[in-house]
Amino acid sequence: MAKCIMVLVEHFQGTVVDITYEMLGAGRKIAESLDVPLTAVVFGKDVNKCLSALGAADSVVLIEDERLEMPGIRIIAEILKSVFEQKEASIMLMGGTNITAGIGPSLACKLKVPFLNFCKNISVEGGTVTVTSQLFGGKILSNVNLTNDKCIISVYPGSFQNEAGKAAKIPPVEEFAVPAIEFEPTFKRYIEPEAGDVDITKESVLISVGRGIENSDNISLADDLVSVLGGAVAASRPVIDQGWLPLSRQVGKSGMIVKPKLYFALGISGAPEHVEGMKDSELIVAVNKDAAAPIFNVAHYGICADLQDIVPVLVENLKNKN
Amino acid sequence: MNFIVFLKMVPDVIEELKIAGDGKSLDSDWLRMKLNECDEHAVEEAIILKEKTGGKVTVIALDAMELDDALFSALAKGADKAVKITGNLQNIHSPAVAEIYAKYLKDNCLIDNKTLILSGSQAIDDIEGEMIYFLAELLNLPVYGVVTSVSYNSDKNDLTIMKEFSGGIRGEFEVEIPSVLGIQAAENPPRYIPIAKIRAIMKTSTIEEIEIPEDGLTEKIAIDKLFESEVSGRAEMLEGSPEEISAKLIEIFTVKGII
Repeated sequence: MAKCIMVLVEHFQGTVVDITYEMLGAGRKIAESLDVPLTAVVFGKDVNKCLSALGAADSVVLIEDERLEMPGIRIIAEILKSVFEQKEASIMLMGGTNITAGIGPSLACKLKVPFLNFCKNISVEGGTVTVTSQLFGGKILSNVNLTNDKCIISVYPGSFQNEAGKAAKIPPVEEFAVPAIEFEPTFKRYIEPEAGDVDITKESVLISVGRGIENSDNISLADDLVSVLGGAVAASRPVIDQGWLPLSRQVGKSGMIVKPKLYFALGISGAPEHVEGMKDSELIVAVNKDAAAPIFNVAHYGICADLQDIVPVLVENLKNKN
Repeated sequence: MNFIVFLKMVPDVIEELKIAGDGKSLDSDWLRMKLNECDEHAVEEAIILKEKTGGKVTVIALDAMELDDALFSALAKGADKAVKITGNLQNIHSPAVAEIYAKYLKDNCLIDNKTLILSGSQAIDDIEGEMIYFLAELLNLPVYGVVTSVSYNSDKNDLTIMKEFSGGIRGEFEVEIPSVLGIQAAENPPRYIPIAKIRAIMKTSTIEEIEIPEDGLTEKIAIDKLFESEVSGRAEMLEGSPEEISAKLIEIFTVKGII
């Protein structure tokens, strides 16, 4: 019988990341259903300051070491393997973010246990744990019933309430000595984003373009909307990767998290990586030719049409109104 | 340098996805497959590196619908060799795929201090995790994912890479060779190749085929069921002519105080 559920605390540049609270909240429920304690695992350099954020856990395993500022994925996995085995954990939750990416598969491979990605929900019924994952750009969900009592699960940001993972206390902390592993630091430095011409996180209106814009010339359609609605043009990853707009305009997992009054999505499919960056916008309007595009699950208003038919008419009418 | 790039075909999600009768897989009759987007960037990055440093690019993939087109397209872009691995490969996920690739690399003695392994950082069907990390474990090599820039330092025979975090912040790492890199985006967008050039390559090049035995792969999970994404928070759909839709939008914008 396993002795605990674990949550890998995610922190970046000295701050506990929101997903940690989502995982603590979700972990709390699983732990209670399986009647085992919830253990938070925090590793890094100078991570003592994270402890006050971990009140929802029953205990904390602290792994602090100078060399752990940004060690390689497989070094982290090696350390976590020791923790997982010594504490006889059954499930470990970690963040499905770029910060944690890769730790889960490496750890699962070392432990010879399953890894499940893109987790949106976890339920426990009659002692059976079922993990729901989001696949194919958010179009399909899958259920996997865990048959092994051990599993590493990567949680999709925004899947669980973060309030449930917040509690103002510091649980008992146990320091865990870093196993004797030889490793050379490979991390050199952080590179901050170049200041763009506009800061999309500060705009109240964003006209955001995705793959459906088809070519760079069509970005002028978004510019036309900006000229009548104000704000700025933003984009999803494929548009940035094509070099059609600068990195400073990217919304989503690797880019910016935005919450404008209006987020007008043109030809954006709504892949989970993008939704993560805009789902909390006050008003989301989406235009997409694909009626099954996941963007319509997050938008308030949807228009299933060719954006080239809709946008010019709207621009004209807005101009006339002004 | 030897650049080995692992590719994967994934369903094109612009098309409708239907769940098969078994309730556990996608109905292949409805599927249109395309090269995983990050893999396309991995091919591009490998060819850019080859152009800068010299060497050879080999693209390798498990057999799948429409794979040949993707392999010939990589050859047309500048890859030197394409390998297709065949066998009973239905519904296998990253850990098993990594086992196949690790065995191929070891059997053919392809890992040395002039070898860089690349693949896409992630794929939309990676339910059991991203392949590169399993491969790196099995080969005992360093691994970096979400990579958006790679440069080769010939004096030290190592790499300087850039990895994305969030909010536009990236990290710079110095990486030894051999290693495994998961490419998120190449330095330049993947180059466009005219169909005529791909057709020409099809006449002059061949894809090497290797068949693998059917058993012995690790399967760790079994999907219980697939179902379509919930529509609980579904948008209110605006219908009508562009004029009518435009009028409704202007009304909404007015009520919400946007105009």
